[in-house]
Amino acid sequence: MLAALGVCAVVAVVLVWDVVAPELKPQLARWRAHLATGWGEEVAAYDPGRERRAEQRARELLRSCVDEEDWEMYRDLGFLRVWGSDGSGTGAGHGVAPYAYLIYPHKPIVAYVPRSSRLLSEYCVDFPDHERPFGSGRLPPSDDVLAKWMALTADERRLIENANLHLAGRQLDPDVVRSDIAALSRWERERQRRRDASSLPAT
Amino acid sequence: MRLLRMKPGHGEVLIAEGDVEIAEQELELIEAFRAQLDQGMWAAVPVVAPDGRRQAELVRAFDEIPRDADRVIFFPRAAGGR
Repeated sequence: MLAALGVCAVVAVVLVWDVVAPELKPQLARWRAHLATGWGEEVAAYDPGRERRAEQRARELLRSCVDEEDWEMYRDLGFLRVWGSDGSGTGAGHGVAPYAYLIYPHKPIVAYVPRSSRLLSEYCVDFPDHERPFGSGRLPPSDDVLAKWMALTADERRLIENANLHLAGRQLDPDVVRSDIAALSRWERERQRRRDASSLPAT
Repeated sequence: MRLLRMKPGHGEVLIAEGDVEIAEQELELIEAFRAQLDQGMWAAVPVVAPDGRRQAELVRAFDEIPRDADRVIFFPRAAGGR
């Protein structure tokens, strides 16, 4: 009887370990790294001024790479939209692609259907710098956006294949994303209205 | 041509700069380019598409870079996130 209970206990421990090990291993590795380098060193390495300057440089780089309209979209709304290219031939262009992506800094890329605002999926992707200068492998937020934009516009399929695919709503609140899509529509209408107004001949 | 690399905590860093029409400088650029790829970076060139939209091209070899490109941007290769 005792032997049977012992076997059951061992089996239970092994099963539980199988479930929690993937979650625990990275945390144990981080804990070991902290023990090796010291907690204080990491705190001392964080410099908000440096991070702010890095983000400022990243914003300038992003601005120099994307279209003016895209830059203003990011500046005003905090995300970029990239039209999907698959299924509609190359160079789908404005508003005719069957799907598009929203790129947020350090958040999943969201695929959606522009005509219906239906959310399709989340693509979780990182660009970790394993050299970890200043103790972190995370790019400045606008560099993260630019990296996603470059990878999507250059080779959409390659980026998507490297990402982890999840149903929409796993990390980003669908209501928030839908309100972002609505804000983007308003923003575009307002932009178009201003453009039309400025192109009217003076009377 | 300038080779730039995105860096955490820094923004972009100038890796190398030179004129591809000058053989000696081109060699230095090629060496620096390969070193970045060897470190696992992706390389992208910002370009203007035929329809006038800006986009990027990923390049895997130095001779894939348009000769008139003024910069190549390196960034860590994509990995599935959480």
